[in-house]
Amino acid sequence: MSNNIVSRLKRKKIEEVLEAGTRMDGRDLNDFREIEVRTNFLEKSEGSAEVRMGKTHIVVGVKAGLGTPFDDTPDEGVLMCNAEYTPVAHQTWEPGPPPHGAIELARVVDRGLRSAEILNMEDLGLVSGEKVYIVFVDLYVLNWDGNLIDACGLGALAALKGAEIPVFKVSKKNEVSETDKTQKLELRCEPIPITIYKIGKHFILDATADEEEVADGRLTVTLDENNNVTTLQKAGPVGFTVDEIKKCINIASEKAAEIRSQAVASE
Amino acid sequence: MSKSKTKAKTKTKRKSRKKKFERVDGRKADELRPVKIETGVIPNADGSAYIEMGRNKIIAGVYGPREMHPKRLSKPHRGVLRVRYHMAPFSVDPRRSPAPSRRDTEIGMVMTDALEPALFLERYPRSVIDVYVEIIQADGGTRCASVNAAAVALVDAGIPMKDLVASCAAGKMEDHIVLDLGDYEDKKGQADVPVAYMPKLEEVTLLQMDGILTTDETVEAVELAIEGCKQVYEVQREALKKKYGMDEEDTAEDAEESEESGEEPAESEEEDK
Repeated sequence: MSNNIVSRLKRKKIEEVLEAGTRMDGRDLNDFREIEVRTNFLEKSEGSAEVRMGKTHIVVGVKAGLGTPFDDTPDEGVLMCNAEYTPVAHQTWEPGPPPHGAIELARVVDRGLRSAEILNMEDLGLVSGEKVYIVFVDLYVLNWDGNLIDACGLGALAALKGAEIPVFKVSKKNEVSETDKTQKLELRCEPIPITIYKIGKHFILDATADEEEVADGRLTVTLDENNNVTTLQKAGPVGFTVDEIKKCINIASEKAAEIRSQAVASE
Repeated sequence: MSKSKTKAKTKTKRKSRKKKFERVDGRKADELRPVKIETGVIPNADGSAYIEMGRNKIIAGVYGPREMHPKRLSKPHRGVLRVRYHMAPFSVDPRRSPAPSRRDTEIGMVMTDALEPALFLERYPRSVIDVYVEIIQADGGTRCASVNAAAVALVDAGIPMKDLVASCAAGKMEDHIVLDLGDYEDKKGQADVPVAYMPKLEEVTLLQMDGILTTDETVEAVELAIEGCKQVYEVQREALKKKYGMDEEDTAEDAEESEESGEEPAESEEEDK
């Protein structure tokens, strides 16, 4: 999406290689880099996952606690995603308020989970209008080499899958108290985002930072295990024809199962 | 309903559904809410437009191309399009904080990406085109209505464009794919698919979705939304013609002028059809 002289040269080279049906790192257009997943490696959070996708490295922490419900859903718990672009992750990333990319990342992953109804929110209600479970999913980027939505979506699913949240007791007087028990979060489905990057007339998966930088745009398709679409998000200053959209949905639905199977700790 | 609203002559191939299905406001599955667009509503802005789409009331103003502030955000080789989407505290129930939310930021981003493909930003190095969108009243589908107003405001500002950008959502309500969700349908529906479309270039420039749809339904919703965009496009054109009093000959003249600068604006291609 950038247009300075270096990225124009980069773009030319990347396109040349794509033209020959391969990638700068030798992958096929629809190949992901090697994925490594580690889960529940943090003691102080209710669930955690670390995902490495090539050089992209993210950590997801799930924290669950008590909170007040939203006014329009007094009986439902709350699931919330937040993304942090840490300044260690790339030379151009700085401390400060979240850049637009981080906000979009959090919202796309969040929508993927929530519109798929991954948690039964009513099960997470405790006292109507007063106390509910709040489940925070924090996406922490430690090294950026492209394709953050897919890495974070996978990490969020892996972290939620392994999460055990504290059990709260509700007395007859509606008083909520802590117990020393924990319970597994029950997931109703397993949504996975797949992002298709458009470079000229080529479509690739799992773009590296270089590829992402020169891409015209991208389309993220989140699918659950029944191959239902739960989120779409198009970005980048470019248009997609209806045929291209259909093609992207097909690519994503062919790939989602393979990536979903990685949402458990690797060997 | 606005006079400029054209008749819906959508030729969707969808068969009539098994059960009788009624929408809350009595519309047909492929029927838009009434759309009204007016241009030049903010005298101080370089271009502006006001849209009513159902009970949505939205105003969009364009300033620029002008010098970019802060300067570090400018680009030496091209202009920058900057869209700010903002909801008035009284536009929704209950009142919302006037501070920009994460949602506002994201909508500003997707609107930028929706409008930018229609512009020639390489013509304005170091400059910015600011598009400010204020939601006076929200009624479901504000981002689509905002794109519609912003696109007309850009034309009103005299900024050359490859095409207009028209926007409309489709979604799923009670197992039916329907066009242009209202507030209630947006909240109670099973899915919402906002789309922006450049009718001449036949490209989708905004595409989002949340909810649960099969892959076939997703495509069906995108195609229905595009039909909606085409209807909105006619209303946008009428609004512009009304202000600039353009008949077909004027458009041809305009095309000649723009050829000198090497580009053909969308309006000139109209004649080819």
